[in-house]
Order: sequence, then structure tokens, then C-alpha cells
Amino acid sequence: MLGLIVPAVLNGLMSGAIYALVALGLTLIYGVLHIINFAHGSLLMLALYAVYFLHVLFGLDPYVALPFMVAGFFALGYALQRGVISTFSHGKDSNILLVTLALSIIIDNLALYFFTSNTRTVDLAYAFEMVEIGPAFIPLPRLIAFIAALIFAGLLWFVMTRTRTGKAIRAIAVEKRGAELMGINVKHAYAMCFGIGTACLAAAACLLLPTFYVTPQVGYAFVLVAFTTVVLGGMGSFVGALVGGLLLGVVEALCGLFLGETLGQIGIFAVFILTLLFRPAGLFSPRGAR
Amino acid sequence: MIKREHTGNVIVAVLLGVCALLPYFVLSAAWTGFAINILIFSLLALAWNITGGFGGMMSFGHAVLFGSSAYATAMLQLHLGLNAWLAGAVALAVGALVGGFIGALSFRYGLRGSYFALVTLAFAEVFRVLASSFTVTGGGQGLSLPLGRELANLQFASRLDNYTFVLILVLIALAITIAVRRSRFGAYLIAIRENEEAAKALGINTFRVKVLAMTLSGAMAGTAGVAYLQTFLFVDSQIGFGTVMSFEALLGPIIGGAGTVLGPILGSLVLHTLGEVARESIGGAPGLNLVFYGVVLLIILRFLPDGLMGIFKPRSRAQAKPEGK
Amino acid sequence: MSQYEKGSAHLTKAGTSRRRLMQVGGSALALSALGAPGLLRAQPKPIRIGAISPLTGALTYNGTQAQAGIRFAVDIINKAGGIKSMGGAPLEVIFADAESRPDVGAAQVDKLAEAGVACLIGAQSSAITLATTQAAARFGLPQVVDIGTAPQLLQRGLTNVFRFTPGVESSVGTGIGNLDSLNKAAGNPIKRVAIVHEDGPFGSGMAKMLNERLPGIGLEVVETISHPTPQRDFTNIVLRLRQAKPDLIMPSHYINEFILFARTIRQQRLQTKGIYSIFGGGASNIRFVREHNEAAQYIIDTNHWYDPRKELSKELAKRTADAKLDLTYDMMVSFGCMQIIAQALETAGSADREALTKTFTEHTFGDTIMPYGPTKFEKGNNAGAQLVNTQIRGENIELIYPKEFATAEPVFPMPARS
Repeated sequence: MLGLIVPAVLNGLMSGAIYALVALGLTLIYGVLHIINFAHGSLLMLALYAVYFLHVLFGLDPYVALPFMVAGFFALGYALQRGVISTFSHGKDSNILLVTLALSIIIDNLALYFFTSNTRTVDLAYAFEMVEIGPAFIPLPRLIAFIAALIFAGLLWFVMTRTRTGKAIRAIAVEKRGAELMGINVKHAYAMCFGIGTACLAAAACLLLPTFYVTPQVGYAFVLVAFTTVVLGGMGSFVGALVGGLLLGVVEALCGLFLGETLGQIGIFAVFILTLLFRPAGLFSPRGAR
Repeated sequence: MIKREHTGNVIVAVLLGVCALLPYFVLSAAWTGFAINILIFSLLALAWNITGGFGGMMSFGHAVLFGSSAYATAMLQLHLGLNAWLAGAVALAVGALVGGFIGALSFRYGLRGSYFALVTLAFAEVFRVLASSFTVTGGGQGLSLPLGRELANLQFASRLDNYTFVLILVLIALAITIAVRRSRFGAYLIAIRENEEAAKALGINTFRVKVLAMTLSGAMAGTAGVAYLQTFLFVDSQIGFGTVMSFEALLGPIIGGAGTVLGPILGSLVLHTLGEVARESIGGAPGLNLVFYGVVLLIILRFLPDGLMGIFKPRSRAQAKPEGK
Repeated sequence: MSQYEKGSAHLTKAGTSRRRLMQVGGSALALSALGAPGLLRAQPKPIRIGAISPLTGALTYNGTQAQAGIRFAVDIINKAGGIKSMGGAPLEVIFADAESRPDVGAAQVDKLAEAGVACLIGAQSSAITLATTQAAARFGLPQVVDIGTAPQLLQRGLTNVFRFTPGVESSVGTGIGNLDSLNKAAGNPIKRVAIVHEDGPFGSGMAKMLNERLPGIGLEVVETISHPTPQRDFTNIVLRLRQAKPDLIMPSHYINEFILFARTIRQQRLQTKGIYSIFGGGASNIRFVREHNEAAQYIIDTNHWYDPRKELSKELAKRTADAKLDLTYDMMVSFGCMQIIAQALETAGSADREALTKTFTEHTFGDTIMPYGPTKFEKGNNAGAQLVNTQIRGENIELIYPKEFATAEPVFPMPARS
């Protein structure tokens, strides 16, 4: 058992990178708009299908498709927030979550109707290429996802701190009224935020599909872990999402090793609860109010 | 203004009353079964309303209270051979305890708003994992009660008996809700919802009130759990602690009108009827009826942001400009 | 040879279909003119059957596949003349979605009962089936259970439950027995077994039984790993397996996990002498074979499967291919169930629930597309039902055991992979 710890940790990091990628979008949406986005899993599923069909219909490799996916889903996210979520919820918190819930029901079942429940995977030549790191064999796509997670977290941090849009978003997260008074178009900024968050999901999907599968329910497998990552890392913090995701991947792997995979899932929720109780702001204080 | 709300309450109460009596005169066994489901979910909705509606403590994991009681009563009957009524009573206490425990823990550390919501979700998940990990809780297979269709076993020979039993439970829950609404405890709860800091400043022991609310909510959700188990004679970790049940708990009140007395029941009724209608009319292709359901949900949210009971809210408040998001 | 039979003989060589139709029509009219009114009464009322399956929700794949199987069966039965003992009455199936939830399933039973169905077929999962059979009992409605392995199904004293396929006891027995035969025939290369299962009702029940019975055939269980559904990553599980050095891996989970597991085994280059599953999620799924061909080779499954030699089996396979659907066991089993229902209706000569229940309880049923002997329900359990072993070879799923239905010789142990 002990000899498995190092490979388990390494694999945990790889899994964690995926959690981080999924959580990057969520932490932005949650951190700024304070929306508990129940549609996050459904949007991930949609993105996975998009990558799948781009590959199957146009022969596009998932990595090559990434920029198109990011652009397309940014637009989708922007439109959803501006057109549906804000209008339909009238800004009431409890209604926002129901709106996202209703959206997830609609998206999930439309997907079921159009795509059917068959499990789809893509078979890529390099999916079985293994990279040897210490005692572990890491599949190449997983390693790519890990590196990508680092890059994207960095990229987002840059956008948030160095660009005008990013600063506007951060301002709104801290003090909405004040930001409005300063002339920041809050509605537009919120929509940008949601758009960026959804674009992150698109990127995550491109990196996930080579080693996973897609069905209409696939989003559920990641939603709770994503929420835990966001809470652990600190809402609104990308570095937090990255570190949180990686940490959770490792916790999951080790708990799975010692408690069995079923009971081991408790590790994630225990972390969730303990973080909420003892350090609700998360590991990295967010760039905004609690 | 108040008169308008009062009229609203009367209208809805009459409407619900008529619906409640339908199974005795008109409906078939199928619809009685359907009505029983609505009542069970109404119980859960009323429970959620105490904390989420009156107290503003939105919980995403109310299934944890529901499931704890369902499992408790099942285990007591199966492993200890306890009489069903006794087991049910103990199960209610279990639900109350779990509610109190989660409340105490969360509020001790000052969790509010979405943090509280998420922690309840996390607890529900923990319980779900635990329930599927051990043999005593049935592991992956869940627990099923042997058939014993007599009242002594809290099981029912006829659908109508089953319905009557759950109806009585709902009426009791309704009475409790009204009592809370009118009591000082209820006033404190609402004060906490509106502005917790101010409430504290006024000398209200907010921690105690909130934990009590969670305890009460736990007991009420527990009745839903017991009712479910005695109706279907089966529970597993997915049913007991899964997100479906947690969402049922909050959908009814929010759609019906959180913080109102009749809202949770109205909401559950409307939502489930909607689901049925959708299933009947578009049942053909799998999933389409749920798409329809989701769309109608969106429409209700768009035009009735205060829920259905919000129709009776005085104009001026209903049209107050909300925070744009 | 009567005048009309001669006429028919001509028809076989008839040119255009329209001419044929007119001639047939002419004969029919002539028959009625002869005063055989009984033959041309108004079309007999269709017999309604209620089909409950999870058409949406987590189990939607199994539910929709079963639905397709039922549709094909009904079509074939009706085209062959319907239920002859009831005047050629056609079958009409009313489908109800259990939404992968037991309470919804139970509610659907009420509606179907009131729609006047003669019997039920369903419901793809033990949890849903427990609820539906209970609800059905209130109406005296018999339910033919397509797939529901949990033992509680038949232990509640209900008299309306008739399970067509083997339960978990018998299934595990078959699986182990056949494994034993395969092992002995190959000179006992397998000594150490590792079990990987999903932690739900079917996986855990399976694992428990395997742990109890494998030692009985001389095999040692060196590792039992359970995991939830969904399981996002199997790498750590595979690493634990490698450490345990099993000769044989026995998986019990659903198709998504099966895919990930098979891929991870290949990725981590875990070599074993065989992968042998009982109710493996993907091992009997042609899509899995097509899309993960390399990882799928030589995997043996013990599962529901039809007898490929039978006429109607071939018909089913053809229709499935034409409709561009996967041919899976859910389809085969539900097809077989419809055949049983049709036979029951024929024998009972009526759609009365009590009469049907009596028929299900007492009658010995004849052939279906399943590789069973005669079907006879004893306390709800089909004594003649059995699972078979399939093996993935090339692009196909071959039936390797029992011998009398086999389409290929088993390759066991698995040859070493590059």
C-alpha cells in the first residue's frame, strides 16, 4: 500500500488539474456574481459534446479546437447571463439559483433528446501515449491538461489584474454601487464574467475529452467537486482554484487508497465542510468581499 | 395591502382544500397515488420553508434531514424489530437532532447565505456516501421493509388510507407553520432574515433561534421521510440523500412563495401537476417533457419573482426595483 | 385444393404488388360473400401492455434500449397475426417513463393500470422494479420483470411478479461454474482473482457472492475494490490491482466505468491472464467493441444474451442494424419478455389479469430468442433462465458458452498483449 502513495499522489495531481480547470470558471462566476451556478455541470456537458462533434464531424483535434471552443462558449455564456439569467431572476439570489437549475434541466434534457444516452468517446492516437514520471505512468493527455491548468490559471490571473475588464470586474465584486457610480457598466461586466467563466469550461472540455467520455449526465460527475474546489481555494481566486483543485485531487487519491474509493469520497466532502467551518474565505483570500 | 394578502390566502386555502378532498370523491387510484406524492413533497417543502422561507437560511441539502429519518425508521424496524409507529416517532427525533446538529455547527462558525447552503449540500453528500458504505444501512442495495399491510405496521391496505395519513401529517405541519408565523419565535426568525445584525442588536439570541428553527425543520422533514418510507417501503442512499430530494425541498417553496404559509404546498402542487401534464402531453420522446417543465419554471421565475403567492402581494412592493444582476 | 388456394398459388408468382393485392382483396371479398362473416368482423380490440422503464435519468440508456426491443417484438408479433386465440388481436404497448426514480415508476403503474393494461413489463433496475411490482400488486396486475437481480424482488410474498431473467444467485452460479470449466480446460492457469465493482445494489451483491464462492473452485480473491458511480478515474485502482498481482480481473460496473477501466488497464499496461465479468457493463456492448477495440479484445462477459441461431434473433439483429441502434442485452431480454407475454395471452385466451396471472404461474412456456430451456416461473423465478458467456473477438461479440449455443471457441487465457 505504501509503495502506491507516490503514484497515487501524482495521479491525484492529474485528476486535480481537471477539477481546477472546471473550477476556474465557477470561481469567477461565484466570486463575482455570487451565483451558485447549477448549470455549470450542464454547460460542461454541452462543451464536451461540442468538442466531440467537432472531432467526429470535422476531424478537428480537441486541442486544435480549443480556441474556437473558447470563443464560441464565451459568446454563449455572455448571452445566457445577459439574456436569460439576469432578466429571469430579477436579481433575487434565490431566484438566480432556480434559474440556473431550470436551465440545467432544459439543457440536460435537450441533450438527452438530441444526442441520446449513448456514451461517446474520441479515440485519439496519442491518448495511450504514456509519460514516465518517477514510479508512475501518466497518460499524455492528462499531463497536457495539468500543464494547461497551470497556464490558464496564470492567464486568468493576468486578465483579472492587468486588463481593464478584469479590474472592472474586481471592482464590482468588492463594491458594486461604487463601481456603478464610477461609470462601470455593471450589466456588461457581469455578462463578461459569465462569458469568461463559460469559456473556461470550454477549455476544460477540450482537455478532458481525450481521456474521458460524454453522456448527457457527465456534468454531474464534476459539479460537486468543482464547488468544493471553489470553496477551498477561495471564491474569486484563480490561484486558489488551481491549488484547491490539485489538493483535492491528491486528497481524493489518498482517501481512495486507504478508505476504498466509495468511502474515500468522504475525503472531499470532509474538506468541504471543514473549510466552510474554519476558513470559509478559502485558502487564498479572494479579491473581493466574503 | 394586508387585505389583499389575506384574500389571497383565503383563495389559495380554498383551492388547496378542494384539491385535498378530491381523492375522496373523484379521483382514481392513480391520481390518489400522485396526490400522496405531492403531499409528501409538501411536507418537505413546509419543513424547508421554516428555515429557508421564514429564516432566510437557504439550504441545498434538506435531503439530509429527510433521509436521516427515512433510514432511521427503516433500520429501527428492520434491525431492532421496533413497532413502526414507535420507530417513526424516534425517526422524527433523529431528524430533529440532525437538523439541530448541522445548525449548531454551521451557525457556531457563522455560516450564512450561500456558504450555509453549500455546507448543507456537503452534509447531504457525506450522509449519502456513508449510507452506501455500510451493510447496516443497506450499503448499495438500500433498505426495504417487508410487506405487512396493516395499520399496526404503519402500512396501508388501501391508497386512500395512505392518503389520509399523509394528509393529516400535512395539516399538522400547516398548523405548526401557522403557529410559528404567529409566534414570537416566528417574528424573531423573520427579523433575522431581514437583518441579522439588527436582530442581534435588539437582543435576540440569533444563534438559539436559528438552531431551534433547524431542529423544528428537521423534525418536519423527518415526517416526510417516514411518510415516504411507509408508502414505498424502500429507501436507498440516492433517494434518501440525493440532490433530487434536496431540490424538491426548495423548488416548492420558492415557486409557491417562500416565507408564506401556503406557498410551499401550492408550489409543490403546481410543480408536480405541471410535470404530470408535461409528461402526458409530450411523453413521446424521452426528455422533452422535462424540457417543457424547465421552460415553464423559467417563465414562472420571470414573471412571478416572489413566487405564486406573490400574485397577492401589494403592488408597490412587487414592483420595487430589484438589484440588477 | 380449393379454388382460393389455387388463387393464392397464382399470387406467389404475381407481378406487381397491386395486382397481388387486388387478387387477395378479391378472394377476401369473395369469402365474405360466401357468408363467412366471422372472419371479417371489425378488427379485434388491441390488447394493452404497460411497459415501464427509465427512459430519462441515470439509466436512460438501458431504458431506451429495452424500449426498442419491445417495439421490435410487438411489430413482429402483430405482423404474424397477433394473438390468434383472441381473434388476431394485436398488441399495443403503452410506454411509461420511470425517470430512473422508484416513486415515479410506482405512480406510472397506477396510470397504466387504469388505462386497462393486461400486464406490465419492466423495469430495468431493481430499485424501480421493487416499487412497480408492489404498486402492481394492488391491482392484481402481473409484471414480467425483464431485468431485476435483487433477491428481495421475489422474497416479499407477492404473487404477481414473474422474473424472466436469472437472479443474482443463479447468475453468479453460472458465472463461476463456467469460469471453472474454462479454467480447467486450459489447465488451471488462473489462481488469483481481483474483483472491481460498483458500490450500488448490483455491484456490491455480486462482490459479496463472489468472495463467498470463488474459493470453492480453488481461486483466491486477492483484492476487492469498490467504487462509486460515477468514478472519474481508475488509475489508482489499476495501481492497486497491479500490486495485488491477480491472474484474473472480474469487473462489475456500468458501461461508462467499464470504458474508463478498460482504457486505464491498457494505459497502465496491466497484464493479466484474463478479464472475466459477470454483468459487465460494456463487455457485451457492441459500441464498446467498435470504439475501444484494442482495449476490448478477449474480454469475457457473463450476461444476458440471445441465442444467435434462432430465426427471430437474426430478425432482431437485422432490424437493429437497420435502425442504426446498438444490439444490447436490454433489447434481447425485453424482446424475449414480449414473446412470453404473447404466449401467455395465447394460452389464457383472454386479457383478464387474473387469468393471465394464473397462466404465468402455471404454464410452461415455449421458445423465445433467449438461450433458455422452457420457461417456467417457480415463485416468480424462471427456472429455465441462464446467462451465457460472450467474448469479444475482433469486431464481434461471440457466444462461447454453453457449447450448444456457441458461435466461437473460447480463447482462454488471454494472449499477452503488446
